[in-house]
Amino acid sequence: MPNHPVPVPSSVLAALKNKTIHLSAAKMIHSLFLVNASGDIFLEKHWKSVVSRSVCDYFFEALERATEPENVPPVIPTPHHYLINVLRHRIYFVAVIQSEVPPLFVIEFLHRVVDTFQDYFGVCTEAAIKDNVVVVYELLEEMLDNGFPLATESNILKELIKPPTILRTVVNTITGSTNVGEQLPTGQLSVVPWRRTGVKYTNNEAYFDVIEEIDAIIDKSGSTITAEIQGVIDACVKLTGMPDLTLSFMNPRLLDDVSFHPCVRFKRWEAERILSFIPPDGNFRLLSYHVSSQNLVAIPVYVKHNISFREGSSQGRFELTLGPKQTMGKAVESVLVSSQLPRGVLNANLNPSQGTYTFDPVTKLLSWDVGKINPQKLPSLKGSMSLQAGASKPDENPTINIQFKIQQLAISGLKVNRLDMYGEKYKPFKGIKYMTKAGKFQVRT
Amino acid sequence: MLGMSANSVSYNEQSSVESGVDAAQENSSIPASSSGGLFSADYKKNEDLKEMLESSKESLKLEAMKRIVGLIAKGKNASELFPAVVKNVASKNIELKKLVYVYLVRYAEEQQDLALLSISTFQRALKDPNQLIRASALRVLSSIRVPIIVPIMMLSIKEASTDLSPYVRKTAAHAIQKLYSLDPDQKEHLIEVIEKLLKDKSTLVAGSVVMAFEEVCPDRIDLIHKNYRKLCNLLVDVEEWGQVVIIHMLTRYARTQFVSPWREDAVFDENSEKAFYDSEEERRVEQSKPYIMDPDHRLLLRNTKPLLQSRNTAVVMAVSQLYWHLAPTHELSIITKSLVRLLRSHREVQYIVLQNIATMSIQRKGMFEPFMKSFYVRSTDATHIKTLKLEILTNLANEANISTILREFQTYVKSQDKAFAAATIQAIGRCATNISEVTDTCLNGLVLLLSNRDETVVAESVVVIKKLLQTQPSQHSDIIKHMAKLFDNITVSMARASILWLMGEYCEHVPKIAPDVLRKMAKTFTSEEDIVKLQTVNLAAKLYLTNSKQTKLLTQYILNLGKYDQSYDIRDRTRFIRQLIVPNEKSGALSKYARRILMAPKPAPVLQSAFKDRDRFQLGTLSHSLNSQANGYLELSDWPAVAPDQSVRIVEVVEPVKEAGAPVFGKSKPGKSDEKFYSDSEEEEEEEEEGSSSEDSSSSSSEESESESESEENSDDSNKSSSSQSDSEKKKKTLKNKKLQQQKPDSKDRKQKNGSAVKGESRSESESASESSSSESSSESGSELDSDSDSGTDQKKNTRSKPVQSKPVTTQVEKKEVSLLDLDDFSPAAVTTPKSSILSPSLLSDLQGLSISPTASALQASSPVFVPETSRELLHRMTGKGLSAQYRFTRQPCIYGNSMVSLQLTLSNSSDQALENIHISEKSSTGQNIHRFNAIERLEPQASVTVSMGVDFNDSTQAANFQLCTKEDEFSVSIQPAVGELLLPITMSEADFTKEQSKLVGMNESSATITMTPENVSSQSVNRKVVSVANLGVIPSSQENIHRFAGKTVSSGCLVLVSVALKDPDAVITINTENTVMASMLLRQFKTALTNSGP
Repeated sequence: MPNHPVPVPSSVLAALKNKTIHLSAAKMIHSLFLVNASGDIFLEKHWKSVVSRSVCDYFFEALERATEPENVPPVIPTPHHYLINVLRHRIYFVAVIQSEVPPLFVIEFLHRVVDTFQDYFGVCTEAAIKDNVVVVYELLEEMLDNGFPLATESNILKELIKPPTILRTVVNTITGSTNVGEQLPTGQLSVVPWRRTGVKYTNNEAYFDVIEEIDAIIDKSGSTITAEIQGVIDACVKLTGMPDLTLSFMNPRLLDDVSFHPCVRFKRWEAERILSFIPPDGNFRLLSYHVSSQNLVAIPVYVKHNISFREGSSQGRFELTLGPKQTMGKAVESVLVSSQLPRGVLNANLNPSQGTYTFDPVTKLLSWDVGKINPQKLPSLKGSMSLQAGASKPDENPTINIQFKIQQLAISGLKVNRLDMYGEKYKPFKGIKYMTKAGKFQVRT
Repeated sequence: MLGMSANSVSYNEQSSVESGVDAAQENSSIPASSSGGLFSADYKKNEDLKEMLESSKESLKLEAMKRIVGLIAKGKNASELFPAVVKNVASKNIELKKLVYVYLVRYAEEQQDLALLSISTFQRALKDPNQLIRASALRVLSSIRVPIIVPIMMLSIKEASTDLSPYVRKTAAHAIQKLYSLDPDQKEHLIEVIEKLLKDKSTLVAGSVVMAFEEVCPDRIDLIHKNYRKLCNLLVDVEEWGQVVIIHMLTRYARTQFVSPWREDAVFDENSEKAFYDSEEERRVEQSKPYIMDPDHRLLLRNTKPLLQSRNTAVVMAVSQLYWHLAPTHELSIITKSLVRLLRSHREVQYIVLQNIATMSIQRKGMFEPFMKSFYVRSTDATHIKTLKLEILTNLANEANISTILREFQTYVKSQDKAFAAATIQAIGRCATNISEVTDTCLNGLVLLLSNRDETVVAESVVVIKKLLQTQPSQHSDIIKHMAKLFDNITVSMARASILWLMGEYCEHVPKIAPDVLRKMAKTFTSEEDIVKLQTVNLAAKLYLTNSKQTKLLTQYILNLGKYDQSYDIRDRTRFIRQLIVPNEKSGALSKYARRILMAPKPAPVLQSAFKDRDRFQLGTLSHSLNSQANGYLELSDWPAVAPDQSVRIVEVVEPVKEAGAPVFGKSKPGKSDEKFYSDSEEEEEEEEEGSSSEDSSSSSSEESESESESEENSDDSNKSSSSQSDSEKKKKTLKNKKLQQQKPDSKDRKQKNGSAVKGESRSESESASESSSSESSSESGSELDSDSDSGTDQKKNTRSKPVQSKPVTTQVEKKEVSLLDLDDFSPAAVTTPKSSILSPSLLSDLQGLSISPTASALQASSPVFVPETSRELLHRMTGKGLSAQYRFTRQPCIYGNSMVSLQLTLSNSSDQALENIHISEKSSTGQNIHRFNAIERLEPQASVTVSMGVDFNDSTQAANFQLCTKEDEFSVSIQPAVGELLLPITMSEADFTKEQSKLVGMNESSATITMTPENVSSQSVNRKVVSVANLGVIPSSQENIHRFAGKTVSSGCLVLVSVALKDPDAVITINTENTVMASMLLRQFKTALTNSGP
């Protein structure tokens, strides 16, 4: 009879009653709350005793105080707990902790959770999380044990809990099989925890994308205040068995500061500047690097601008022209210009020579989707801005943020020399792609 | 005792609970009880779920559980379903089971009695052959926070901690914390388990058990001693989260065990803002004083360093804080780049990292100054990021960069984010106080800001100006005068009011101007804003008190105006002031003190960083981030004045324990110890393979083989403590080493260990290389011993280099004292003698982590029999503008590449200035592959440093030309190798030698007959002559008159066999090798050497 209490030896019960339950300051992550943009908690998970969701009130207070969503402080102390939150995809992941813990530990973990969700569901939105709440729960259960990270490696998780696909859902309902693995993932115990054994592909392929981002601040006169290149090599490796890859560069000295996926043999890199690794299966970030700051950074675009407000007049002039510069002959594509115009601007009446622009009178955000820059006919955006009547001239000109892409070019000049595979017999298909993007590319006007 | 009682309880439990479950299952067909849903609002719905759970269809049950999990996720109460759910705990469907686990863990605390129903299932699962099931059973069992099962938990944890599966042991470590938080009385027993698990060799367990240690008994530092070295060595292979925990724990540990690497009275805590450069100088001087770092301290620093490259930001931060708290100051700079790299990460990461950098930058500007631009603010940064960046920029400001920073600040002041603009103004104020050169510029700039339209900016400027004026009384008058001049143009009332306040406060410094300003104000009083009027009244009052002669009438006038003002505030104030300052019979005592009331000295505000004292908290912690002590914060102790006993960390030799099923090290292969020796052709292949794939293992193995051969000569430069010890001792050492390294599962047979040199790092193809025939090697080492001792005694007689002579004895004594890993302090200054180290510090360290097991293939390179002490000049100090360089062939296998010849460079600075950034330039003109040494950042005058490099001469004597560069200059230098240096010695048996020789006849054989000088005839002297000319190994010979030597060329690995047959008075030198060019050159050199008399 389910409701009937189980007979327990009375002596044990008596002993129990005398014992006060002491809750020591348990470390690490206690609970997790997911809060959406409108400030509703839509998911909660507790790894230890339940913490009432009212603890989030402190978070909401901070949220109210913040002018922008990003301005919520990542660490919020409350009388009995500490809240550490990260904001991604307009969802706040609020972790509740009770005692001293390196805050980056929690932050890094939360980001890893988001990455995992993204990996599993394609997107990490409130809807996706709600639709897959069971998988989410299973994942969170595996990722933390008693608040301490247990399995965060995506390939291990995928063996434990298979990502939902439509096909699998259908199959599962018919066959009654489950999404949950019954065996300890092979990676969990191996020296290469990032790779599972028994990987098989009919087409063996390894693709590497060298993606560089330029972070720059350009001043009014067009001179570079600061510019640096941050690069990553993202890989998509689908190779059978246990391949051992080496990747060498023509000019490894360019790489100033690197961080690796755990698979990369650090000592080999130290000694020979060669990346030697047994790759994880599928997509992963092989390394990220910083190009040494001594090297001059080529700035691929320039901006000519004339944004002015006249004292006393309710009109302002806006002129912007973009042009290519140091692009090594490659086309600058997917150009997007955005700028936060001063608060006094009521509306903008502009005329783009190409592309489309939008101006949001509420947020004062101007964005101009330029597309590709044609060096013969430079794209420009000209027109006037109307200001609030009687308002004084804004004392700062807006900053212009530029996004762009340049295909087949690594702006630092980094070049992969060769990619070799050992340990397996077959010949894989190898591909390397280069791309340069704007990172935080700002022009002050 | 306790174990017993726990046992009995659990048995009771089991039986009773089991019957409970059985009963429940029997009744499962009966519809759910009526009591369950009576009061529930969700009566209907939950009833549905209950029915589904009790149906016989698994899919229905699963569906129900999924919905229930959905409820839990939303925070809805689903506790009343407990009885229905708990019955499914034993389900075969693993997903269903997992969801039940989720439910149990969530509600067991509320439904303790019912939760007990499930216990027996878990107890059964704990015995399951599947490790995942065992582990998850323990996870759930320990997560059910029901005090009554404490004994069961304790028992399960104890059992699981000895489980064969490291994954289960890891789970046990996690369970320790759970049990501890449930019942702290179990502490003592749990510590026992922790102690046991700390000894665990699996990387999987290490992080979790240290976590448990931190939780349960962070003060029991004594538990760490014996595991310290193991943890250090394991660290790289531990999963990233575990790394963070271990690094933080080791930081605390190190602070209790080692003496400070900073000098005792170091200026560490002193604020270096003022005398930054001075203090830096001082520190350098300090370094030259002998401070010997505990090898274990060094071990920690060295083994954490590679983790700075981790992709996990928490790991990077953990290593950074470890360096900050433990490393000698001159080594601190290596963390800078990594920290700056983290700034590219997510906003939240930036926030924490910037906070830490802010604290660091107060004490060590120099660390971050080169990266100043990385802290420039972008308009898209969140406000708290901006403020932190501003903070750091302000900390970094000095005379040299202040103009750049101020220019940057100018942009920020104009920011639309007014809170940020205000913060910038404060920052400018701080720069102005800290750097006296720019005080005026800053003040002028700030004064200009007074005309800003934004009130926040103006208010902030005034506040800052006010603060500046208060801190620097001497310059008051000028600025106040200047402000007075600007006064007419300033329209913002707030600013006007502030200036009036300043006039009044410092009216004594501007005796002429102040009354004039008051006069102007009297004219415009009626049209001013209230706030200005109030300050006008204030000014008038203050002037009246100090300068009543000139201002009496003006004051009267203003007070009269104020008396009839529209604003009651102003009327009130006017009335009050009048009563206070104008003495009359009614005012009484107060007016006597009017001067003291109005002109009271206002305390100067302090302008300093908000991060000034943050370093009282360990960096990277929550407490540091919040700037207040968080719960459970463990304080970092001060360095002990005297280091506690170091020997506590020495691990005794333990019998190799069978580490059952430790699949962590997966690829342990069956050692074929009894297999036959390599065939000769295989040997070459193997070497090639090694060269291409994993130099790690090969270099480590060659290092090991070095120790096998027990030669005295190399003991001085070998960094292995084991090399010069007696055979048996050496074995012990290697064993110990292995214990420490933890890289391989122990196997029953020691020989097998020799066979497996593959570490996680190099688990690839190199296996063949290391399946050495240890039977051979052991037998050989005996015979080698003989021959070597021969040559040793020989040398005593003949060699003039005395150090070599005496070495065998002395080093043996010395080395014995060094424990386990011979971890010298590798700080550049310490390495002054050229012979002390052949490997570059960093690489050496890497190697030590790597040398897993001693491998010695008999054909493998052995250690050099003789290493010449002479070094040749590479760069003369005259040509090198003070930099001189000498090189020496170390005759060791090069660690940088198998085809490289290892060289040791001694760089000395004979100039009177420090040389910076000494390195080899990128381009090497002759096309040899050169492994450069790491750039030497700074070489003090009269100091010298020894570095090692590798050159691939490609088996030719062509000189390697390259550029040796300093910060200012470049010098072309070249290294011309003697042909004998292009070889590496090999040991093999005599039989093998003859066999090999017989294959290399005909074209491959060159010989010459010479007449020996009489003093060269003795076998010792022949040996010595030959090995001094060429880096060859001595082959034990059964014939007295034939001497045999073997080696291989470094690049191509060609076998070079030399035999010298003595036929008094002649001798025949025969060289067998495929490389005939080399043979002829060698032959010539041998001829000269053996015909020449003398040493």
